[in-house]
Amino acid sequence: MSGRSVYLDYAATTYVKPEVLQEMLPYFNVNFGNPSSLYSISSVTQRAIDRSRERVAGAINAEREEIYFTGCGSEADNWALKGVAFANRRRGNHIITTKIEHHAILHACEFLESNGFEVTYLPVDQYGFVDPDELERAINERTILVSVMFANNEIGTIEPIREIGAICRNRKILFHTDAVQAVGHVPVDVKDMNIDLLSLAAHKFYGPKGVGALYIKKGIKIDNLIHGGGQERGKRAGTENVAGIVGLGKAIELAVSEMELENLRLSGLRDRLITGLMKIPHSRLNGPKGFSRLPGNVNVCLRFIEGESIILLLDSMGVCASSGSACTSGSLDPSHVLLAIGLPHEIVHGSLRLTMGSGTTDEDVDYVLEVLPGIVDRLREMSPLWKEYLREEIKV
Amino acid sequence: MMYSEKVMDHFMHPRNVGEIPDANGIGEVGNPVCGDIMKIYLKVEENIVKDVKFNTFGCGSAIASSSMATELIKGRTLEDAWTLTNKAVAEALDGLPPIKMHCSVLAEEAVHKAINDYRVSAGLQLWDYKEHDDIHAQVHGN
Repeated sequence: MSGRSVYLDYAATTYVKPEVLQEMLPYFNVNFGNPSSLYSISSVTQRAIDRSRERVAGAINAEREEIYFTGCGSEADNWALKGVAFANRRRGNHIITTKIEHHAILHACEFLESNGFEVTYLPVDQYGFVDPDELERAINERTILVSVMFANNEIGTIEPIREIGAICRNRKILFHTDAVQAVGHVPVDVKDMNIDLLSLAAHKFYGPKGVGALYIKKGIKIDNLIHGGGQERGKRAGTENVAGIVGLGKAIELAVSEMELENLRLSGLRDRLITGLMKIPHSRLNGPKGFSRLPGNVNVCLRFIEGESIILLLDSMGVCASSGSACTSGSLDPSHVLLAIGLPHEIVHGSLRLTMGSGTTDEDVDYVLEVLPGIVDRLREMSPLWKEYLREEIKV
Repeated sequence: MMYSEKVMDHFMHPRNVGEIPDANGIGEVGNPVCGDIMKIYLKVEENIVKDVKFNTFGCGSAIASSSMATELIKGRTLEDAWTLTNKAVAEALDGLPPIKMHCSVLAEEAVHKAINDYRVSAGLQLWDYKEHDDIHAQVHGN
């Protein structure tokens, strides 16, 4: 193991920033009162939750009463889909989503299909973009909900959310967006973008794991997902994760205040990393370039080798990365996102995702560009596909 | 880390990597769509596996399984080498995660294919070999 440690998996999760942790700490042991209790120490925790709700609302231009805290981003996604579907099933049973959503959306949709709902999974183009016209054509008289992710977690594509929101508004269909990868990283405005429901998770923007939120525009019909006590104004039962909620609020405020400068810095690092990686023979960039790509996201395919092997060798050099390769997912299914942008299986197996964030430096980018070519050579040297290519048995 | 130290050792320092230009038995299994291909080269002399090398496209356990399989059959008689099982490969690696067991199956199959390839070229009768269809279907679908 080399002495260096370079974390390039910020899209998987971030560390908790010290100022966030600092603000959370008193809510573990000093201000520990159950917010639902009547005695005075509980009013402190109740106020802390309210303050956090205000901060979240402020970050996405919503109203305080439109923010509901959840246990994670997946819960927010599940609640949005199942809650809206079941509450509106008299109006229709059709849902539109995309082929590149997170599994929290895709598997919730599969569950709804097994309960009598119909789901259209929209294709995407070679860069991962949804076509708003195609989305509009998929709407029928039974459509009750559209769910399109704000930004893709694997290839960083930022979807045309405002256009999709406008279509949904005109056609009077509810619009949910899974913004887990976007909030705190790119500007999000639920009013301007006509968003009715939005999911977010604290650990993607330097807050703690185990806390998320769902924005639900006022007046929207939605069933509960978690039944029980009267927390979250009767919409989401369960004693509040007070410290987590406080951390989420602090983290989102911090992320939004630093966003503009941090985006400039990260997109510079990103583009330099992409340029360097494209110098490796038979590499390809997945996802778009420029402003419609998340500032910290890089995703490439390296032909003739397999993703897990790349990750393990990178790890031995101190670099934490991830892959859409089947072998790393635990399911043995290669990335549905890379398949959806039209890549063949054999190329998808050689994918590598490097996602940058607050701790990433110029030196980190240099280091990856220094070690990765050697790793690729080493794996190609033992790959029968590479040998076939060299003997011109494989055309590229 | 999901892998044993043995797996990591064989992945980081694979034994017998390469090709044998004058190999007299070659076995290739897997395909790029599934994400793993193993190719085993044998040099058989007087019924003994004199030399064995491999090339593998695949994950950490596929590379480690290939490396271990070559070590287990090198210098053995063909009859001995034929008794290699996927279980033996996995055990020699101090175990593989359940989801990666098919990598050891590929290693077993590649070795058997290479041995039969040698037997064909030497004008000998093929030995009967039953492929692990069940594991393939379980891992890669039908």
